[in-house]
Amino acid sequence: MNADTRAPLLDVRALTKYFPLRGTTARVHAVDDVTFAIARGESVGLVGESGCGKSTLVKLIARVLDPTDGRIYFDGADVGTIPAERFARVPARARIQMVFQDPADSLNPRFTAFDTIADPLRRLGTAPTGQSLRTRVAEVAELVGLPRALLGRYPHQLSGGQQQRVGIGRAIALRPSLLILDEPTSALDVSVQAVILHLLADLRERLGMAYLFVSHDLNVVRMVTERVLVMYLGRIVESGPAAAIFDAAAHPYTRALVPAIPVLGSARHRERVRLSGEPRSPVDPSPTTCRFFGRCPDGFERCEREMPVLAHITDDHEAACFAARR
Amino acid sequence: MSFTVAKGETVGIVGESGSGKSVTALAIMGILHPAARVTSGRAVFGGLDLVAASESQRREYRGRELSMIFQNPRAALNPIRTVGRQICDVLLRHANLPRVQVRPRAMELLARVQIPDAARRFDAYPFELSGGMCQRVMIALAIACAPALIVADEPTTGLDVTTQAGILDLLDELRRTTRTATIVITHDLGLAAERCDRIVVMHAGHVVETAPAHRLFTHPRHPYTARLIASTPRPGAKLTELTPITGAVPDLRGALPVCRYRSRCDRGTDACDEAPLPRIAVDDGHVVACRFPALT
Ligand SMILES: Nc1ncnc2c1ncn2[C@@H]1O[C@H](COP(=O)(O)OP(=O)(O)OP(=O)(O)O)[C@@H](O)[C@H]1O
Ligand SMILES: [Mg+2]
Repeated sequence: MNADTRAPLLDVRALTKYFPLRGTTARVHAVDDVTFAIARGESVGLVGESGCGKSTLVKLIARVLDPTDGRIYFDGADVGTIPAERFARVPARARIQMVFQDPADSLNPRFTAFDTIADPLRRLGTAPTGQSLRTRVAEVAELVGLPRALLGRYPHQLSGGQQQRVGIGRAIALRPSLLILDEPTSALDVSVQAVILHLLADLRERLGMAYLFVSHDLNVVRMVTERVLVMYLGRIVESGPAAAIFDAAAHPYTRALVPAIPVLGSARHRERVRLSGEPRSPVDPSPTTCRFFGRCPDGFERCEREMPVLAHITDDHEAACFAARR
Repeated sequence: MSFTVAKGETVGIVGESGSGKSVTALAIMGILHPAARVTSGRAVFGGLDLVAASESQRREYRGRELSMIFQNPRAALNPIRTVGRQICDVLLRHANLPRVQVRPRAMELLARVQIPDAARRFDAYPFELSGGMCQRVMIALAIACAPALIVADEPTTGLDVTTQAGILDLLDELRRTTRTATIVITHDLGLAAERCDRIVVMHAGHVVETAPAHRLFTHPRHPYTARLIASTPRPGAKLTELTPITGAVPDLRGALPVCRYRSRCDRGTDACDEAPLPRIAVDDGHVVACRFPALT
């Protein structure tokens, strides 16, 4: 463990990922110049339009994808330069873990629940075999509320909620300090979602993990995170305490996003702001035009010739907008 | 279970997983796994009984008159064919368009489901698109031939709320302009509340309550419906206010009680074990399958 506990757990600087557009020399700017940090034990939400680069960003951080540019410091160490395929075997791997959206897709169909949870312990753990392994797996199963009797089952013999418990068990088996959750409950029904959200909150409290939580369900994000990052077309456009993002959003994109949350019991077809205009292309976008320009209700000529960068609204609230509300 | 959908109507089917929502949809579409069989009942569509129809009759209907938006877009798309080609395939098979118009029409469909820079993403493979983009490609496939009925199984779970609103507006426009009927299967009660005319609540293969959408959420009468609502996150609510539904959907393989919610219900009495399960009309268009409907 690093001695300096005041340094952030995760520190991401100017992180960038471009994908080549097949058959051309153009590139999709999936993640573009993203800078942020996560403190130890902090729970951070990541929200934004579908296709804006959330999954790409978290895959870069989990080091299953190599960045085009930028740096990733984890616990003070520069982990961004370790190639993804080698990262699978370095000790830091144990400390950054990921839970995926669809448990059915992300679990190996030929692994029992026991094997799935044991897999990271065998590979990177200190209890690779025999009785000590069985004890560790049983402990993890207990932590995630998976009855021991189910450990011998294959994914197709488990319900969606049980599968997600196995996925979470695999991720926390090595006691990571950062758990990345990419839409962990969107494939689950509301009742199971409620159970899993309570489980995640409980685990964070008991194990002191930091969370990076990606979700389209803004009500859920608000429940389980302390700070929220808002992404738009590859860039972070706003960052602040969850309460500020939901009640006093500064960026026009966030201000369109929050009221779009469907509400139970509200009248049908309730009037609300719609984003009009063409979204800008993620393919080689202009470096000197705000990505939201053209759809932004507050845009003006400066937004077309200069890229806004994150600027402080208050101490802990930032937005990248020339017309940001204060 | 029985329910009807009129032309231009949007009906929501809600309930937990395992309640039979998706199975109902697949049975309507006639694409249930060969091991499964519709044991009785009919799904009548514009006069044709889809359950009794031959496979070739059904194939004729699917894609042209009936189309389905699947729950898992990555699995439903062909991974080794570009998304543009997949839309062209559907148009060539069902749309009766002159060949030269197929590609522009496919491009237009991609743009309608809000894929930015659609022309340049036309040749992308599904793995090169985000989860929500794949979902929108599937929606483009489903609306390609202006079907009379769309069955949408969790159509927008992978979408942010503004894109979701845009896609639902698009489905709504189809409903108004071509009188498309829509069955939306979802566990997102907020979405169902805002977008459906009528809601059917399913539990363990039974319809337990059906009502006009607004009424269902403001005056739920079946205890299960009330529990579903309580387990749904609301704006600004705290995690401690979120209560999961106790118990589990009963094992549908064994002998089942008259009321399948009985073992999970905190208000049941011995009278609940008496057949048949009552279906009480508590209001106009509001029917509840409970001997002791909750007061609201
Ligand atoms: N392997 C890849 N090859 C090419 N382009 C890719 C690849 N993976 C992602 N992209 C592109 O990068 C952009 C961001 O995708 P990403 O999956 O990160 O979005 P997302 O924010 O997670 O979206 P969603 O909310 O729909 O899951 C998209 O334009 C996508 O098409
Ligand atoms: Mg994603």
